[in-house]
Amino acid sequence: MTVPPETFGVLWLSLKVAGVATVVTLPIAVFVAYALARWTFPGRSLLNLVVLLPLVLPPVVTGYFLLIVFGAKGVLGAPLATLGITFAFQWTGAALAAGIMGFPLIVRAIRMAFEAVDPKLEEAAKTLGAGPWRVFVTVTLPLSAPGVLTGAVMGFAKALGEFGATITFVGNIPGETRTLPSAIYTALQIPGEESSVWVLVALSTTIAVLAVVLSEILSRYVAAKIGVRHA
Amino acid sequence: MLEIDLRLPLDRFVLDVTAASPSGATMVFGPSGAGKSSLVKAIAGLIAGVEGHIRLGSRVLLDTSSGLNLPAHKRRIGYVFQEPRLFPHLSVAANLRYGAPHGTEIAAIAKMLDITALLSRRPGLLSGGEAARVALGRALLRTPDLLILDEPLAALDHSLKAEILPYLERLRDHGGIPMLYVTHAIEEVLRLGTTLMILRDGQIKQFGPVAKVLSDPQAAQDLGPRLAGAILPGQTQARDQGLMSVSTPAGPITVPDPGFPLGRPVRLRIMAQDVILSVTRPKGLSALNILPVTIETLHSGPHMGVMVRLVAGGVPLLARITKRSAQALGLAPGQNIYAVLKTVSIAQDNLVQHITQDT
Repeated sequence: MTVPPETFGVLWLSLKVAGVATVVTLPIAVFVAYALARWTFPGRSLLNLVVLLPLVLPPVVTGYFLLIVFGAKGVLGAPLATLGITFAFQWTGAALAAGIMGFPLIVRAIRMAFEAVDPKLEEAAKTLGAGPWRVFVTVTLPLSAPGVLTGAVMGFAKALGEFGATITFVGNIPGETRTLPSAIYTALQIPGEESSVWVLVALSTTIAVLAVVLSEILSRYVAAKIGVRHA
Repeated sequence: MLEIDLRLPLDRFVLDVTAASPSGATMVFGPSGAGKSSLVKAIAGLIAGVEGHIRLGSRVLLDTSSGLNLPAHKRRIGYVFQEPRLFPHLSVAANLRYGAPHGTEIAAIAKMLDITALLSRRPGLLSGGEAARVALGRALLRTPDLLILDEPLAALDHSLKAEILPYLERLRDHGGIPMLYVTHAIEEVLRLGTTLMILRDGQIKQFGPVAKVLSDPQAAQDLGPRLAGAILPGQTQARDQGLMSVSTPAGPITVPDPGFPLGRPVRLRIMAQDVILSVTRPKGLSALNILPVTIETLHSGPHMGVMVRLVAGGVPLLARITKRSAQALGLAPGQNIYAVLKTVSIAQDNLVQHITQDT
């Protein structure tokens, strides 16, 4: 069995797309999760719904919405294009689609971690002179670190496997938007390409298993270090 | 000096408190649900919806008429909760330093609280008493202008209470930080209190120096007749056969030996229900303490018979007797009679070492 030469390009692109998607969405997810866990404000239920939507919508529908909003002539896509930021048929678009599809999973994990932090500890920090930002950085965030980590890994794994929204939004362009799932799909269309399919499938599985195992080890380590029970 | 004039609607009533609390320890006492915790949370800025005015020293913390409402972290009020609330992800030393100004030396406070050996540990590995002391140290190192203690001993068992109380006494006497101390345990009032505030249904029922309030027959209703009793200042004098003689303005009183050193200032609490009255000097009685007293006033309450306020050597005493006894003896104000106290009824909890002067 030979490894097709374009495999490394596909692998690198997939890791880049999923990595960028996770790194960019993580801070936003932390903010949204905190708002949902700790604040009451008008439109809270609506925000919750919008955040969860990519999880329940058919991915193709999400991809279509992305096309409308961020496409070359889209509502946000056109003004962003004048600033030199384009998504359509580029790897950045694939990262955007992957990030949006992984977002609900990240928010959910982090929100649960925030909700598990005892507000009494945050109250104690206030009486010790800590303002809201210091309370968050020194108490809430460290105590939710295992949850944040879990959220990030789940988002990364989801981003790595994202297919429907990506192919709808940015297509399946070799070297630009052809990630692992698209490459598997493409190989399946061509008779006699079973061996490349197997290589790609094995790669996908290995990365997914590695991510989960790594996150579990890290999460245990962090939980032990901060003295809280492993979630 | 803490001056408060605040209102806060609660579930069953409106908390409505106006008071000026002097230095030393002000004890907020009352039954559960009286609004004690809500009051101190309001002062610390941990509850929203408080109306009125709060001033701590020269700083105004709340003034709703001018729209001023300092957030909790800017009020410089240390808070010791019922649970230690230590940060589990930080070491004991990091917990202590959390609220301390930069460059604060934690060694002296750690030494005072006997937690020096614990500094590198995680809070999860501390015993209940150790955690309570670390929480106390953490609140102190924040260098607050006022220290609030919200039932800090309520969750601890009897031996742990005895372990922590001496540290609280040290703090009151040497710390110089005014304390606001919430409790429903009269022993803590007796042992730590300078000023007593009795709160019921969100209102102040009694407010003043501890000894004065506890000796007030009117206050007996707010305390509950079982808890009513005068406080006598005294000094340990001599010990003999398991007994200790305490000199008080009312005369020497013999109590079970608490093991305190001689010559030590103490507070002696004489429960109103433990005092027997006699119009003639009793003879052939096993009780060791017979004090000549003068009746000052008689108060008939709804349920508790008659509360008699007596004066002995210039200090007040309280006795609780039945209406029938009062009539049979023909008691009246101004009359000179005798008060009989049984030695063993003065339990350990009612005799405490007390260093600060009663005012």
